Amino acid sequence: MSGHLLQILGIFSLLSILSIGGGTAVLPEMREMTVVQEKWLTDTEFRDVYSIGQIAPGPNMLMVIVLGYKVSGYAGAAVAFAGFFLPCCLIAWGACRAWNHFEGSPWRLAVQRGLAPLVVGLMAAGMVAIARTAIVGVETTVLAVIVFAALYFGKKVNPALLIFGGGLCGWLFMR
Amino acid sequence: MRVEASVVPHSRGSRVTLWEIFLTFFVIGATSFGGGVVAYLRNSLVTKKAWLDEDGFMAALEISQALPGLNATNMSVIVGDKLRGPAGAALAFFGMTLPGGIMVLILGVAYASNQNNVEVNAILKGVGAASVGLLLAVTLQIGHKQLEKIGDLTIVAATLLLVSFLHVSLVIVLLTVAPVAIWIYRPRARTDGSRAS
Repeated sequence: MSGHLLQILGIFSLLSILSIGGGTAVLPEMREMTVVQEKWLTDTEFRDVYSIGQIAPGPNMLMVIVLGYKVSGYAGAAVAFAGFFLPCCLIAWGACRAWNHFEGSPWRLAVQRGLAPLVVGLMAAGMVAIARTAIVGVETTVLAVIVFAALYFGKKVNPALLIFGGGLCGWLFMR
Repeated sequence: MRVEASVVPHSRGSRVTLWEIFLTFFVIGATSFGGGVVAYLRNSLVTKKAWLDEDGFMAALEISQALPGLNATNMSVIVGDKLRGPAGAALAFFGMTLPGGIMVLILGVAYASNQNNVEVNAILKGVGAASVGLLLAVTLQIGHKQLEKIGDLTIVAATLLLVSFLHVSLVIVLLTVAPVAIWIYRPRARTDGSRAS
């Protein structure tokens, strides 16, 4: 049990430090570590846990709580939450003070400009990781395309409505 | 742009209480459904509370994006720290994560005992598919600037290829692509004329 907790802590704090570009950027690595490497859950369960995270409000990676819970109960949930959120928050806390010292430095601009396309690439990879588990046939493909079109081409559509609408469509058509 | 200098002065005169910080972020954390926490943050911190002006907000967001971690939690830590130091940062963070965290845990516990339920599976299947559409839209909205220039586009494509198709570990990708990308944008004398790519 405590061995599992240490593993959860190790994996999620590593993901935390690597999460440049936000939560979506570490989804492929998170799936690799929890599904492929540790076999804590299946691909379908990974999709389910991600979907649960999407239903709840707030930061979109609170799903790590469910991952931790699945492995080691409530203690696992707490350890996964602390492991995933504390390291990056401590870095943010320290670094925002240091960052201001580099104000006007041309290197600061180089870091921002250089990381921007890297982050977009990592987000795209996160989308691919979820798509591989969530797009499993015609219905799911059509639903994803409709949601994408509504958000990208429509103006001011509330994404929450589309997420809940997706759940409703699933309940109606994907049983 | 400096976050510190951009915190609206009156908030220093009459200090924001820790309770108010917690409550403000708790409300954002409880109402920001469907992702896009940044829009909720701007509406609350800049428009309603006036704790930050637009420049200060953008500066904090730039830092949040360049650092590890989620924008939502990084922003809460940075803004909380600017308002009331470490205690403000901690309360802003917990306010932001507590409502969603509790709800995710309740849903997760319910899921664990019903995961073979056909209806639960169907709902989560639908949510998962909708999320893919959402992720694609968000990625394109954030990335449209990066998809216009050939140099940036190469970095986007290389990153996607390495992670999604060659399954290279994220550590390796960050340690190789990031230095190259920063080097491409390294500061140079303006006389050489050629910019990035």
